[in-house]
Amino acid sequence: MIRVENLHKHFGGFHAVDGASLEIQPGSITGLIGPNGAGKTTLFNVIAGVLPPTSGRVTMAGEDITGLPPHALFHKGLLRTFQIAHEFSSMTCRENLMMVPGNQAGEQLWNTWFGRKRIADEERALRAKADEVLEFLTISHLADHKAGQVSGGQKKLLELGRTMMVDAKIVFLDEVGAGVNRTLLNTIGDAILQLNKERGYTFVVIEHDMDFIGKICNPVICMAEGKVLAEGTLAQIKANEQVIEAYLGTGLKNKDKLAEAGA
Amino acid sequence: MDFLNAFVALSNFVLIPAIAYGSQLALGALGVTLIYGILRFSNFAHGDTMAFGTMATVLITWWFQSMGISFGPLPTALLALPFGIAVCAALVLLTDRGIYRFYRRVKAKPIILVMASLGVMFIMNGLVRFIIGPDDQRFADGARFIVTAGEFKKMTGLSEGLALKSTQAITLVTAIVVVAALFWFLNKTRTGKSMRAYSDNEDLALLSGINPERVVMVTWLIVAGLATIAGVLYGLDKSFKPFTYFQLLLPIFASAIVGGLGNPLGAIAGGFVIAFSEVMVTYAWKKVAGYILPEAWAPDGLVQLMSTDYKFAVSFAILLIVLLFKPTGLFKGKSV
Ligand SMILES: Nc1ncnc2c1ncn2[C@@H]1O[C@H](COP(=O)(O)OP(=O)(O)OP(=O)(O)O)[C@@H](O)[C@H]1O
Ligand SMILES: [Mg+2]
Repeated sequence: MIRVENLHKHFGGFHAVDGASLEIQPGSITGLIGPNGAGKTTLFNVIAGVLPPTSGRVTMAGEDITGLPPHALFHKGLLRTFQIAHEFSSMTCRENLMMVPGNQAGEQLWNTWFGRKRIADEERALRAKADEVLEFLTISHLADHKAGQVSGGQKKLLELGRTMMVDAKIVFLDEVGAGVNRTLLNTIGDAILQLNKERGYTFVVIEHDMDFIGKICNPVICMAEGKVLAEGTLAQIKANEQVIEAYLGTGLKNKDKLAEAGA
Repeated sequence: MDFLNAFVALSNFVLIPAIAYGSQLALGALGVTLIYGILRFSNFAHGDTMAFGTMATVLITWWFQSMGISFGPLPTALLALPFGIAVCAALVLLTDRGIYRFYRRVKAKPIILVMASLGVMFIMNGLVRFIIGPDDQRFADGARFIVTAGEFKKMTGLSEGLALKSTQAITLVTAIVVVAALFWFLNKTRTGKSMRAYSDNEDLALLSGINPERVVMVTWLIVAGLATIAGVLYGLDKSFKPFTYFQLLLPIFASAIVGGLGNPLGAIAGGFVIAFSEVMVTYAWKKVAGYILPEAWAPDGLVQLMSTDYKFAVSFAILLIVLLFKPTGLFKGKSV
């Protein structure tokens, strides 16, 4: 689906992404883990066209998409969420969601004056869709609140909601679970599984929560210092010496041993 | 004491002129603020964009007049206005294609775009002078007054006259219609919402699939319309002289910044704040004071804070005060 080849992103002399290569299989839910500052978000930014790469190539289904602008990628079905939630602060949550599907009839100046009915129909459909998504995310009561005023966790939900407004092919989720309560995190996990199964979305998920990763992701990729350290099932990753050293730490290994001993 | 006459004098010399001038500044500042909000730079070429649009309208007005086309009691320029806007829009889109788009592609810093706009300003400046010349041009026709001072005195029996020029009334009515249409557009239409979204959070707008080039194009079209309308209204009210439009840049920027750059509502408020301050500070209050104060206190001097020669100093002073104490402006724009 997505192939990243020897990707570099340097900020001045600092190599945030330092020759990363990886492949995302269509229909998979790939977990991307790694210590803070490993370059995960930067990798997302380069793939999604927010930052130009220093060197390297990104292809989507064989097509070179390196350096395409975000709105062009959006129309190819590549969506992402932000680690730090973004929102249109002066619009309501519902309007925020309704902004998503691009190329609406209402965006043509011509239609603004002469295609009123088409726009009205489109708006009605979008509105119903947005309400459905809000309902699903358990934030229907916020529909008419200004998005700038809802809580951090709720903004995160809105981020996820955005990706549900259109038929995406591949969605990059950057810590959607951070700052969201447990129950809701489970709901989000279920939503991801459901979208993956029913609508065939491919997901790439950055998370620090290993339980969450374990529940929905296969395979898991671990990054550190801008490079891909290891790839495999979560169990394989957890057993990988390099990964333990760079990220998971020996604490977890011990905990696992304890768990085994206890069982 | 004679409050009625005092109020009439105040209206005649301060309120009415300031409202008309304020409407013109507000329309100008709206253009500046939209460019700042969407394209994220201060467009120094805006004054000359106004001059160019007005020039196009003036030329078409003259042509209409020579063909014997008129708009009854209304100025022929209003008929020519849509064509003037179209010509201005064409030029502005051309400069965007030729200049600004390149800098957007390379993601240039705002200051580079500002400098580019300075260059565009000089080019437009020269273009206007080359085509129509640097002199004063009159193009207003139709009825001059709705009410003259003499008529007003006869009607009311007051000793103070009140004149309402038709251009002042046209300015106010046009400004209200244009502003209402603009706000409807920004708040209710999908294109307007895309513009607001893009201004609010560019990254998110792009990732939501909003095409930046389309947003930018629509913005330029609207800005060309606003600039031409503001310029023509100002020209009808005073006269058209390229240099005055260049000078207008200061009060227009002051209005946009005082209101909060990037905030349309702020631009309108800013326009009126600047206009009222300018008119009030440079007005000789002797007459009004003479009506209100007891005779013994009547002032000998003109009671004028500043000569009209210094009117631009007013915008500058207000600009400084706002930047010092409330850098984001009265209506919370993006800080400068
Ligand atoms: N725009 C930038 N300019 C300079 N350095 C940057 C920039 N963006 C990221 N970095 C640096 O690149 C490194 C990788 O950052 P990145 O955000 O990709 O990490 P991450 O893996 O997402 O970490 P976290 O788990 O904390 O979100 C960090 O050291 C960061 O300081
Ligand atoms: Mg990150």
